[in-house]
Amino acid sequence: MKYTEEHEWLKPEGDVVIVGITQHAADALGELVFVELPEVGTEVEKGEEIVVIESVKAASDITAPLDGEITEVNQDIVDTPTLVNEDPTAAAWFFKMKLKDASEMDGLMDEDAYKALID
Amino acid sequence: MADLLRTPLYDFHVEKGAKLVPFAGYEMPVQYPLGVMNEHKHCRAKAGLFDVSHMGQVLLTPKSGNIEDACLALETLVPMDICALKPGRQRYAFFTNDNGGILDDLMVANRGDHLFIVVNAACKDADIAHMQNKISDSCEINVVDDRALVALQGPDAETVLSALIPDVADYKFMDVAIVDYDGMELWISRSGYTGEDGYEISVPADNASAFVSKLSDNDLVEPIGLGARDSLRLEGGLCLYGNDIDETTTPVEAALTWAVQKARRAGGDREGGFPGAEEVLAQFENGAPRKRVGLLPEGRAPMRAGTKLFASETSSDEIGEITSGGFGPTVNGPVSMGYVSTEHSAEGTKVFAELRGKRLPAIVTKMPFVAANFKR
Repeated sequence: MKYTEEHEWLKPEGDVVIVGITQHAADALGELVFVELPEVGTEVEKGEEIVVIESVKAASDITAPLDGEITEVNQDIVDTPTLVNEDPTAAAWFFKMKLKDASEMDGLMDEDAYKALID
Repeated sequence: MADLLRTPLYDFHVEKGAKLVPFAGYEMPVQYPLGVMNEHKHCRAKAGLFDVSHMGQVLLTPKSGNIEDACLALETLVPMDICALKPGRQRYAFFTNDNGGILDDLMVANRGDHLFIVVNAACKDADIAHMQNKISDSCEINVVDDRALVALQGPDAETVLSALIPDVADYKFMDVAIVDYDGMELWISRSGYTGEDGYEISVPADNASAFVSKLSDNDLVEPIGLGARDSLRLEGGLCLYGNDIDETTTPVEAALTWAVQKARRAGGDREGGFPGAEEVLAQFENGAPRKRVGLLPEGRAPMRAGTKLFASETSSDEIGEITSGGFGPTVNGPVSMGYVSTEHSAEGTKVFAELRGKRLPAIVTKMPFVAANFKR
């Protein structure tokens, strides 16, 4: 699994990557009450705000971790936003994307680097 | 957070694992480990304990010794019938300014030979100066700074408090009393800011943590932070000063006409006689250009304070703005309140909120969003 400074995790699955937010991010946000995901087929650029999440406290954005195309989104977290608080690194994934350049994954943080960031 | 004040219950909050944030100059608990959503639900289901010691407690004592003189003096600052308030009773009030705007909202209790008032934390210095300036000829104005103030709210509040003080079970909504308990003097009212039954209790600062621990030792009780306090009062349709009412909103615009008793309205025994009376009474007669209303978003997206409102998906003319909004855990959906121009204020009117560049519908809805549970 790889991580971004925006507290997203990326996990390769075949020729796509699954993207979600870390436990640390989910805890910091508080209980989620609303999630809006991009449409499948959307071309996204790294840093582009593509997901809106709202917690009991505030609204925030989640940005595209790398360039690519959205191939699938997780309707379960739209229907039940608190799933993100319960299981952010597995059941509550946000979207899957096909990377424009798969080698860009190598530039992201590994688990040790991410742990060092949040400590 | 060196410049921030701490309430007498600071150590209690730390012990309970609160996340503390700066609020109105105090270090206050925004949430406890239970979390905002579950704190909110717990308060509606059982009993929630709130530290509201940052609020201002003030005694108004008539120099003449005649309570009516204090009532009449306060009536020069608020459009309420204070003279009709019986000993042992409390009512909601607000200070108005010369334009009929609202300087602060407050609670006023008649305690026999003096009035006890509770004002908002962020306004308390200004409120005290205002009273010193305007009514100190007839009243002693004493700020109570050696007491904590806590609220116990929820359907089990009576069970919890009456286990310590049996008499409180007999109090009705807005009753107030001074009670001796375990060597301390408690000032108790049956009131609150959640839409639930409950009590607000002023307790000597030195006894505060011992008393609060007794309440929180009851399994029915969870401490509740500012986060859930806000969602509870929002579902209850209750105004937050600074958001939903302020110096630019009048009582008629704010839909608080119910709080202005007959005696102070046109044709009443003591008509007018408060700051901005001309403006306020004219609005009672002719209506106001805008009105505070409840808004229920049709989708799931919360519409928060500052969100602009429009009459349609395409019109460019703003008709108002949301002043409070978020997720209502008991409603299990987003709830908001805000101001709309009067022609769009009828219940059932569909308006559009501009959210992240999109116009999303919301319906003007009667408040409270969650039925009040007061013991009348």
